Amino acid sequence: MAKQLYFEDVVVGSDIPTIVKHPTTRQLVMWAGASSDYNEIHYDKDVALAQNMPGVIIHGWLTASYLCQLLTGWIGDEGTLKKFSVAFRGMLFPGQDVICKGKVSKKYTQNKENLVECEIWAENPKGEKTAPATALVSLPSKA
Amino acid sequence: MTVDELKKLVGHEFKPVVYEVEKGAIKKLTLAIQDPNPLFQDEAYAKKTKFGSIISPPTFISSFRMTEADEWMMKLNVPQKRGVNAGVDLEFFKPIKPGDVITVNAKVTEMDVKEGKSGQMIVSATERTYTNQKGEIVAKMRIRGMRF
Repeated sequence: MAKQLYFEDVVVGSDIPTIVKHPTTRQLVMWAGASSDYNEIHYDKDVALAQNMPGVIIHGWLTASYLCQLLTGWIGDEGTLKKFSVAFRGMLFPGQDVICKGKVSKKYTQNKENLVECEIWAENPKGEKTAPATALVSLPSKA
Repeated sequence: MTVDELKKLVGHEFKPVVYEVEKGAIKKLTLAIQDPNPLFQDEAYAKKTKFGSIISPPTFISSFRMTEADEWMMKLNVPQKRGVNAGVDLEFFKPIKPGDVITVNAKVTEMDVKEGKSGQMIVSATERTYTNQKGEIVAKMRIRGMRF
């Protein structure tokens, strides 16, 4: 895996390295099977259209998974994701990139734990934040 | 259902479910995310980490389906026909590994009727607690739902 991130390396206000996901309808079917979420709005266009959606939409949980990928990839094996909250505000569609971004909002030490708060979000190609989220992670120290 | 009847649902507990965590299920979910992180799929790699084996990606807990709790919001006898998952709050305490046996308990924690753009909306929250075979709470989840 990528090199370990340490608490000392984290600068408040800095960006978390962006990841770009390329979801396809096939990917949504894989998520449906792996997570046992068989709601047809995620793979049957007729059902999605009948529910006034422009087409099949990405599972909220898959978007949440992309955001968790951003975090767990960034904090490395010695980092721990402690809290994660996401709001599903808008629809994301297969065939369009989902861009996952984030920023460090706060860092502090509490009960000997090195904690970092982040603001993260998923964007569509127009730059609209459809899934704003926050996270709390703990990181190892170099000391 | 009246607003009072809806509010009385707060505290309602669903029947718990128990799941045994399979290695293949973790890998399949990781593949669906297309997450290259070896911790979730490469056993030789994961063996050398502090975990000693692969662990599940954070959102693996969403695959522990609870039919009753998953569907109750849509089964409420109310005029609002559309339902959405408005968001989730997750808290993690311990990694989930292959072979773990996870019990999921769920209850309704919030229920309210609010004025929205297109009339009255029903907002709700349910909380789920994930406990492993050692009795340790490994994760908690709060799901915010909306009907409008």
